[in-house]
Amino acid sequence: MNEHSNIEKIGGCSEIPVLKERGQREVFCGLTGIIWLHRKIQDAFFLVVGSRTCAHLLQSAAGVMIFAEPRFGTAILEEKDLAGMADAHEELDREVANLLKRRPDIKQLFLVGSCPSEVIKLDLSNAAERLSKIYFPKVKVLNFSGSGIETTFTQGEDACLASLVPTLEETDEENLILVGSLPDIVEDQLVELIKELGIKEITVLPGRDRGTMPSISKKSKFILAQPFLTDTTEALEKRGASRINAPFPFGEEGTTLWLRSIKESYGVSDDKFEIVTSAPRKRAQIGLEKLRTSLQGKTIFFFPDSQLEIPLARFLSRECGMKLIEVGSPYINRSIVDKDLELIENMPVISEGQDVDLQLDRCRESNPDITVCGLGLANPLEAEGLTTKWAIELVFTPIHGYEQAQDLAELFVRPLKRKEALFI
Amino acid sequence: MKLSIWTYEGPPHVGAMRVATAMEKLHFVLHAPQGDTYADLLFTMIERGNKRPPVTYTTFQARDLGADTADLFKKSCEEAVERFKPEALLVGASCTAELIQDDPGGLADALNLEIPVIPLELPSYQRKENFGTDETFYQIVKALACPQEMTEKFSVNILGPTALGFRHRDDVRELKTILDDLNIDLNIVAPLGAAPSSIKILTKAHANIMLYPESSELACRWLKENFGMPYTEHTPIGINSTKDFIEELNQIRGVRDSFSDTSRLNFDWWSKSVDSNYFTGKRVFIFGDATHVATASRIAKEEMAFSIVGIGCYNREYARKIRSLAKDLSVDALISDDYLEVEKRIADLQPELILGSQMERHIGKRLGIPCAVISAPFHVQDHPARFSPQVGWEGANVIFDTWVHPLVMGLEEHLLGMFREDFEFNDTAGPSHLSNSKSKLNEEKEIIADNEIIWAPEATKELKKIPFFVRGKAKRNTEKFAFENGHSAITKDLLYEAKAHYAR
Repeated sequence: MNEHSNIEKIGGCSEIPVLKERGQREVFCGLTGIIWLHRKIQDAFFLVVGSRTCAHLLQSAAGVMIFAEPRFGTAILEEKDLAGMADAHEELDREVANLLKRRPDIKQLFLVGSCPSEVIKLDLSNAAERLSKIYFPKVKVLNFSGSGIETTFTQGEDACLASLVPTLEETDEENLILVGSLPDIVEDQLVELIKELGIKEITVLPGRDRGTMPSISKKSKFILAQPFLTDTTEALEKRGASRINAPFPFGEEGTTLWLRSIKESYGVSDDKFEIVTSAPRKRAQIGLEKLRTSLQGKTIFFFPDSQLEIPLARFLSRECGMKLIEVGSPYINRSIVDKDLELIENMPVISEGQDVDLQLDRCRESNPDITVCGLGLANPLEAEGLTTKWAIELVFTPIHGYEQAQDLAELFVRPLKRKEALFI
Repeated sequence: MKLSIWTYEGPPHVGAMRVATAMEKLHFVLHAPQGDTYADLLFTMIERGNKRPPVTYTTFQARDLGADTADLFKKSCEEAVERFKPEALLVGASCTAELIQDDPGGLADALNLEIPVIPLELPSYQRKENFGTDETFYQIVKALACPQEMTEKFSVNILGPTALGFRHRDDVRELKTILDDLNIDLNIVAPLGAAPSSIKILTKAHANIMLYPESSELACRWLKENFGMPYTEHTPIGINSTKDFIEELNQIRGVRDSFSDTSRLNFDWWSKSVDSNYFTGKRVFIFGDATHVATASRIAKEEMAFSIVGIGCYNREYARKIRSLAKDLSVDALISDDYLEVEKRIADLQPELILGSQMERHIGKRLGIPCAVISAPFHVQDHPARFSPQVGWEGANVIFDTWVHPLVMGLEEHLLGMFREDFEFNDTAGPSHLSNSKSKLNEEKEIIADNEIIWAPEATKELKKIPFFVRGKAKRNTEKFAFENGHSAITKDLLYEAKAHYAR
């Protein structure tokens, strides 16, 4: 698929060439987001309408199974569902009825589209509307697509949050919405810092349950905590909210710039900003200082995975002194990651999409000190002598904010240290 | 449509991948959307595979639909052949590609590649993973096996071991030792380690060992019908099944008796020794793939003197075999791939031990019933570094150890009964050689009760947010830090000061 590869210049402050590739992608589909979303939104159930492959993906992707009965499942399409559409809707209604009977604690039900349901054009928005009429107000029924033909990995969360936006309650109050699902500890820290800046009206999308979803008005402002929320951004803007643009809160510098964008948007005084941020900033600096020696000057190569790559590359190059070779991302939304891109010096190869065999060739050729890649590639690359960092760990670990800056750096230090320590 | 929470088997194309990944110099082009590549990690993570599965995914997207998915497929085939230079090419479709009906077989055929192309029909909406392995291996054999002159001396093929099979790698090694003992030559092992060129010489052997019917029965039958090759039907797992298997091999080669060195076998004496008395009549429930369930049932009954309270399998293809076995054992057979149904059955039967897959281990954990894993699907921890077969004499030893491990040992069991009220040593404490059942109460107490240094409520709250497996360390570090720096109270800020201080 060579001829699909091409270099395009993208705008922004500086002209940055992007290597666009199309070919085999070693990236999860959007369904994978359900693994963390179903723990984050605690009264929600995610019902994938798909195939055995979807069910198998969900239980394999995290590499572990969750012991508690999960709040997700797959309505597996069978031969008879493919024969006639009316049938499939009736079958879905029956499965939903059984599910809600068995799980009376469920207050929000997401019908999640998959590759097969998209291909047979099973209309899940229609189904969600129909089921809402039956179960609302007790249960809110929504739908989004996590299909691999439309979404990669973290775009599943984007689609989920975007589906929530039209249901947010309308107010005429001013408020700030923090957007993106974060580990609870990180979410609490960031919210608290923002409150300390004097911004009391702050809520998080997604809320931890149906009762804590934010309300929205034309005066609402929002800031992204995750870089993969393109559709959610659009949906929020459509409802009149305005985005505070900022680099993402990774590392001391990233978190400070992120908070500063909020400060400026709300006209918080420099003094106050200093009072609120100086102590945690210092802690983050101390934490990072000790790790920087291990990372300084080391080269790093990112395979595309979660869209976190560009902000992380900014953190690793600026705050840890790493040398970027290639930063691959499954999808690049410039308007969202430009603030991070602008800060990257000695611009490496920025690649979008993937042709995994060609990218592996480039990776081997450049022989990086650390390769960030998915679980399917990590062991084979380790066996070839490269040192890898599982990309998925970056999605499942608390890495945002001041107090996690050192943890984030440590994730990259560990594989290097291990390689040094092993004598076999 | 059927709601599924956990599945025992993946889709049939994952079965095809298990065959392709086991083999050498074979490549599989799978027409599939983005995301289906998740299947790679089954091999690279669960089996710690050190190379990528030999699979090229076409990765079509929504915008390709109706436009050029067929071209994409053809290009993927050409590029895969060019890059990987396989001796043969498998082509097939995953569930989504099956719906768009691009006909991978026809498309690949039209490319006039210089290597054999083996098209696979994998009906994703009807069949599952085990079907995929059986069907794929059968198609490979059918496409590549050709008449050969038989070896002069009696020789066999070992058919069935695949990637991601439960202990397949070790089973082959044990079986080779047994064949050596019996003075039987081994022609090839397939799919594991076989190249398409070795499939071609399959028919040099006099007979086939059908090691796992789930992945080799179609091929064995076809080879019997077309090349007159007899095959063994006994799976040599357990002492008596291994004896029967050897007997069956002897019959096939027309030898009345032959020597197999059982000096390595310890299971028989271990089971007769007095310490094993407490196994007598232990109530077990057995669930997994049919082959492992059938052999485990025999071991449980004849070789451990357990009492079997129920058996079942998730692969419907072998429902009849399990039903008839259940009838012999006077128990009900559960043929189901619904995890919740299996859980309910186990909860109802309340066995003292479960022999099952990783799913049953989860169930056991929830219900507080010990479980030993005897079948796929399995977890990374059931793919051990050490040699641990299920097959043959050493396999029997491994099975004895594995099944006994989760149980409370003889006298310990009596003591537990005697001192039921003991706060440390009671029947919720679990076996003394396993450390997984520490009381949660103690942990809670630790956080609140502390003498000299006071934890502010907000700091305690913050501490609880830290993952439990590092919480203890975080707490100790923070207190040490507070003490050394002369603080008498721990605030949230101090918690993080300490964290920064102790950064590695």
